[in-house]
Amino acid sequence: MSLLRLEPRGQASRVMVYLTPVIAVALTLVSGFLLFWAMGFDPVKALHAFFIAPLMSVRGLGELAVKATPLVLCAVGLAIGFRANVWNIGAEGQLTLGAITGGGLALAFYGDGGWWLLPLMIVAGMAGGALWAAIPAFLRTRFNASEILTSLMLTYVALLLLNYMTHGPYRDPEGFAFPESRLFEADAVMPILIQGTRVHLGSLFALLAVAGGWVLIARTFIGFQIKVIGLTPAAAGYAGFNEKKIIWLTLLLSGALAGLAGLGEVAGPIGQITPTVSPGYGFTAIIVAFLGRLHPVGILLAGFLMALSFIGGEAAQIGLGLPKAITGVFQGMLLFFLLATDVLIRYRVRFGAQKKAAGKVMA
Amino acid sequence: MSAELALLGPILAAMLAAATPLLFAALGELVVEKSGVLNLGVEGMMLVGAVCGFAVTVKTGSSTAGFAMGAAAGAAMAGLFAVLTLLLLANQVATGLALTLFGVGLSALIGQGFVGIPIPDVPELYIPGLTDIPVIGKALFGQDALVYLALAMVPAVHWFMYGTRKGLVLRAVGENHAAAHALGYKVIRIRFLAVLFGGAMSGMAGAYLSLDYTPMWAEGITAGRGWIALALVVFATWKPARVLLGAWLFGGVTIAQLHVQGLGIDIPSQVLSMLPYLATVLVLVLISRDIARIRLNAPASLGKVFHPDA
Repeated sequence: MSLLRLEPRGQASRVMVYLTPVIAVALTLVSGFLLFWAMGFDPVKALHAFFIAPLMSVRGLGELAVKATPLVLCAVGLAIGFRANVWNIGAEGQLTLGAITGGGLALAFYGDGGWWLLPLMIVAGMAGGALWAAIPAFLRTRFNASEILTSLMLTYVALLLLNYMTHGPYRDPEGFAFPESRLFEADAVMPILIQGTRVHLGSLFALLAVAGGWVLIARTFIGFQIKVIGLTPAAAGYAGFNEKKIIWLTLLLSGALAGLAGLGEVAGPIGQITPTVSPGYGFTAIIVAFLGRLHPVGILLAGFLMALSFIGGEAAQIGLGLPKAITGVFQGMLLFFLLATDVLIRYRVRFGAQKKAAGKVMA
Repeated sequence: MSAELALLGPILAAMLAAATPLLFAALGELVVEKSGVLNLGVEGMMLVGAVCGFAVTVKTGSSTAGFAMGAAAGAAMAGLFAVLTLLLLANQVATGLALTLFGVGLSALIGQGFVGIPIPDVPELYIPGLTDIPVIGKALFGQDALVYLALAMVPAVHWFMYGTRKGLVLRAVGENHAAAHALGYKVIRIRFLAVLFGGAMSGMAGAYLSLDYTPMWAEGITAGRGWIALALVVFATWKPARVLLGAWLFGGVTIAQLHVQGLGIDIPSQVLSMLPYLATVLVLVLISRDIARIRLNAPASLGKVFHPDA
């Protein structure tokens, strides 16, 4: 430790708050370069296929918005919880429940839907996600059980439930026993916002969530309580803030947003209920939340970046035969680099031993 | 011997086997948490341990080399976590999650060429006479070395923690890192070693899964066992012997649901597969509701960032 020393800054560095995500992205790209090179691919070509080629067409940009939508929806909710030290890491499960409940309505009213069906599905999807998040909220507030573990365990349960539903009750009766639901009817599908792309109504909801999340955190008393509980729980206790209420609120909110994201997937790009609704959006949303500095606007930007890693992964898989798993590696690396560089916000890095530095000051 | 009793032997043996990865991972994490560090990356370390162990066994044909590699890979992942949280003072919860997300991706990347490849069987113990004892013989005297190693780790960890000076220092660091630092103990070094040990144990847990329990590599082979191990540590109120109890309990639930599936009872297989996860939630609730007990047993500095100058 003597070669490299961390010296606390008096005040958190504002510059570093914004700079570290950029540094982290740069470091990830450098590591990606080395990784591709080590794997025997042309690194320039691979990085181009991964991060640039998908952005070169209207369709590609549209896909970016399609993939960013569930990420942003989930991450805005998660970030509000993270700020209050409520670690909901089961967004994937809540998303899945939203697909099951909201999507289930599309099947229940198959053949006799109407204009009211989609709004009803949206409400049901959000309710489903919120319900799934209510379980960890209840167990945490009533029994003190860690929401980290319960929300994650419930994700496995939700994924199994979805699997059961698509193999059982939701299965298309004319689908030759294939584990998929019917294709949703027009009444039950998210309207397309930009013709020629798959950008759907859900993207608008994601933008609304960003705006709403910002108002909640920056402009309301609830948001103030969330921040105080997160930063100094003891002070929140003395101020008489009801921590249990905040736990309930943040979990229900993040659950509802994740549920909406799930409904948006089945009623959007997928158009039916399949055994896998999400390629891990709920988990990636955790990275999005941190990369966006737990700030709704930052999350919007981070959501697009992470969406790019999904699309780039697919493009590189098709174009260059790169393994799809590389997406997860990139996402993990990015979060690592971000967490590593975060130290610069509150500390200065000094080289050399402490005594030497003190001596210099005296001389 | 009746048919039921004949079935009981294999069930008992299978239960011990199912408990083994949980035992490794949870004991490792217990030591980590006792030193005051919360590493939520167990699942990721297990996955990387599983795939690296598998790859080495495929290449060398030696399962011993595979287990060693699994432990080394888990420790390497843990080293990453330790650098971030202990040296760069990153948030432990976030870093642990990152470790798991990274491990999921990395293991899938490494393992892409190893899906569906067969590996040699891990030899099982056979003691003439003892292994042939009806019902309990196979369970007690017919397992492979890793099962016994996992069991041996229980008293070993207990002895280290409560019977040695080093264990005492480790616990002191976990209870109050500022006081331990003031007494001159190297808080960061001690925690670093504990985290590495936890990583090696998680890596072994993963390697046991891919080399022995289900001898193959598949993406996400751990299926949440890393998280269950984390819950087990809480369930055990940070006591090694109770980890054993918890691991057997979960081994029992896992095997029971598999057998019910096999019996063709009219319950959807997915519902039965939910049972281990639901059981985890249940035991977590049962233990956590006693706040006083958790507070008494949880290391007081758990998850808190330590910086000597601050």
